[in-house]
Amino acid sequence: MSSIGTGYDLSASQFSPDGRVFQVEYAQKAVENSGTAVGIRGKDGVVFGVEKLITSKLYEKGDNKRILNVDRHVGAAFAGLNADARHLVERARDEASSYRHSYGDPIPLRHLTERVAGYVHAHTLYSSVRPFGVSMILGSMEQDGPQMYLIDPSGVSWGYHGCAVGKAKQNAKTEIEKLKMKDMTVRELVKEVAKIIYIVHDEVKDKAFDLELSWVGEITGGKHELVPPEVFVEAEKYAKEALEESDDSDEEDL
Amino acid sequence: MASSSMFGPNNPGAFWTGGPAPGQFYNFPGSQSTSAQNSSQRTLYPVVTGTSVLGVQFEGGVVMAADMLGSYGSLARFRDCPRLLKVNDTTVLGAAGDYADFQYLSNVIQQQVIDEECLNDGFGYTPKSLHCWLTRVLYNRRSQFNPLWNTYIVAGIDDEKPFLGYVDKIGMAYEAPSLACGFGAYLALPIIRDAMEKNPTMTQDEAVALIDRCMKLLFYRDARSLNKYQVAVITKAGVDIRGPIKSETNWEVAHMIKGYE
Amino acid sequence: MFRNQYDNDVTVWSPQGRIHQLEYAMEAVKQGSACVGLKSKTHAILIALKRAPSELSAHQKKILPIDDHVAVSIAGLTADARLLCNFMRNECLNSRWAYNKPLPISRLVSMVGSKSQIPTQRYGRRPFGVGLLVAGYDALGPHIYQTCPSANYYDCKAMAIGARSQSARTYLEKHLDVFLDCSLEELAKHGLRALRDTLPSEVDLTSKNCSIGIACKDKKFAILDDEDVSPYLALIEGEERSSRPQAEEAGQAMEADDAGTAGSSTDPVPADPQVVDEGMDQ
Repeated sequence: MSSIGTGYDLSASQFSPDGRVFQVEYAQKAVENSGTAVGIRGKDGVVFGVEKLITSKLYEKGDNKRILNVDRHVGAAFAGLNADARHLVERARDEASSYRHSYGDPIPLRHLTERVAGYVHAHTLYSSVRPFGVSMILGSMEQDGPQMYLIDPSGVSWGYHGCAVGKAKQNAKTEIEKLKMKDMTVRELVKEVAKIIYIVHDEVKDKAFDLELSWVGEITGGKHELVPPEVFVEAEKYAKEALEESDDSDEEDL
Repeated sequence: MASSSMFGPNNPGAFWTGGPAPGQFYNFPGSQSTSAQNSSQRTLYPVVTGTSVLGVQFEGGVVMAADMLGSYGSLARFRDCPRLLKVNDTTVLGAAGDYADFQYLSNVIQQQVIDEECLNDGFGYTPKSLHCWLTRVLYNRRSQFNPLWNTYIVAGIDDEKPFLGYVDKIGMAYEAPSLACGFGAYLALPIIRDAMEKNPTMTQDEAVALIDRCMKLLFYRDARSLNKYQVAVITKAGVDIRGPIKSETNWEVAHMIKGYE
Repeated sequence: MFRNQYDNDVTVWSPQGRIHQLEYAMEAVKQGSACVGLKSKTHAILIALKRAPSELSAHQKKILPIDDHVAVSIAGLTADARLLCNFMRNECLNSRWAYNKPLPISRLVSMVGSKSQIPTQRYGRRPFGVGLLVAGYDALGPHIYQTCPSANYYDCKAMAIGARSQSARTYLEKHLDVFLDCSLEELAKHGLRALRDTLPSEVDLTSKNCSIGIACKDKKFAILDDEDVSPYLALIEGEERSSRPQAEEAGQAMEADDAGTAGSSTDPVPADPQVVDEGMDQ
């Protein structure tokens, strides 16, 4: 990034001499400072997991959720600036509501993603606004199966079987790639997602974190919701045990 | 200067104050009718309508019933129109009057319920808050001379107590232990009140039986009613919408009625 | 005077993915006098330190009523706070008008959050330079919320904001476990002690410079001033104050945490000013 500080990186409406829009890249940087969010699309639904870093023990548990509902059937997990993300989720809710108002049906995720991504992209075109410091994963269960998309601060959106954003996205992606998610149910995936979040969490740099888990699929009747407490406990236990095992084997290697 | 700019650069202006400019006609004050362009007609009558809705409180809950007919004037046009809307696990809305207006408002309410579900903060509509909101909406619409042509009855459990509220198209609202609208207000309500007076601590079964009797009575007497209705029972356990239910009727005495042929 | 070229406008990201203008706005909160909020199972209370801009002036209000069930305590630009209060009052009235129900505290706060986000993303706007502690009681019980210029908000067990509030937070963290079962008097004592820890040793809490707000079930939010505060002050009179250096040491650790919420911090964040600018709170 040799052009940093040469004055071509102060506005979203300006290219650098080598053809980059630095403001968008910097916004992506903000996403990478945030706790990790993971989404995996299995054969019967989508599972989200988030590593929510706790910055003070004065805060209530369960505060500032990073997995939210956009509509009954659509969930969003995000990494980046909370306030920006909430704004974006509100925008997505408006889109979903407007679609239902016009067509009387829940919004197809592909359509919702295009609308929201367009809104994000619009914030990369003008100097009068700043790009969103958010990457958002959207997931839902539709008639032709589960769907999952990722929207980047640049306004780009792709469909995924598994994706990760935030601090440890590289590690998380490596872990996701080990899974045969196309043959797995959300019941199985929810444990794996919990495990991935536990594995990629950096105990040295970030002290405490809360795990958030949600799913949408046949198991929930097409609704996106946080996983029920007993499923959560089971998944967390599985994650912790897996982590201890890997720690043990690490020590043996040494 | 001012007048030349008022009429544009090439227009010499009016001959005298208020008079015609060259090429224009004189504007006689008050002569031009603007009503054709500026007036509009509001809804003056409902189109497809539903008739009575009945509601009764009992010990620990509320029953509400409405038949499923959508009348087009005196024509029994649509026979599968549910007029009870389950809003959530504590609240049911019943509507009489214009069916399209009810459908419109149903959509608005259902979207609001989804919005609140998404917030997932433990708050949502209660019968009281829905009743209040409806009152505001209906009164506001009537104040714009553009009413939603409905009478609504809200039934539910609020703060562990049964609730029944009434709002009509002019925004008049009240609460009562028994409610009815349409013909039901004349034909069924006196019977319901009488039954409640005689039995102030009605059980759920007694209340449902009372409502069933009244729905049958309305079918006999109200020409805009149908022998196919739904009953909503709202208790602490939640909302149960039953039906379509059909009353057993007996028309043997009908031939004795003379003089209306 | 500028720290770098990326800190002029709220629409500009720095190469580290930070928004300096937002972080500066967060600093404005630290210029205001301190306030403390904490809650038990039955009560949520606010305790605020009032300032008098001059000898001739009265102490300026720090706790502003919003509705019967909720009030806020402010730190930062008072004019911005008034604007937000106005907005919050409106929203509360709208809820009572449309639904005949008091607005849930969580929704009120999230509305403030949504409103605050807009000027953090547009050219020519500036974030609100005020932090709020919102205390209220609704169907889910008592609540303390904190809002920030960054448009973040937090549901808190207890919190302190404003000048030298780190000392108060240190106190609150230390006693966090006992608050839930406290009586109102006990809770007020903890709040007063926390607030007193933010004061320089030569200054003490008095009925003139201290304000208390109390939210509880089925009662109107009470704001106590002047002689009404005295009985509460008497509860902690003559107690030994926790020593300052210790509090400040803990303060450094917390500072890094704070910055982490706005984006991560590599630059040193200016410490709480020791000499407080009186002008900010007017």
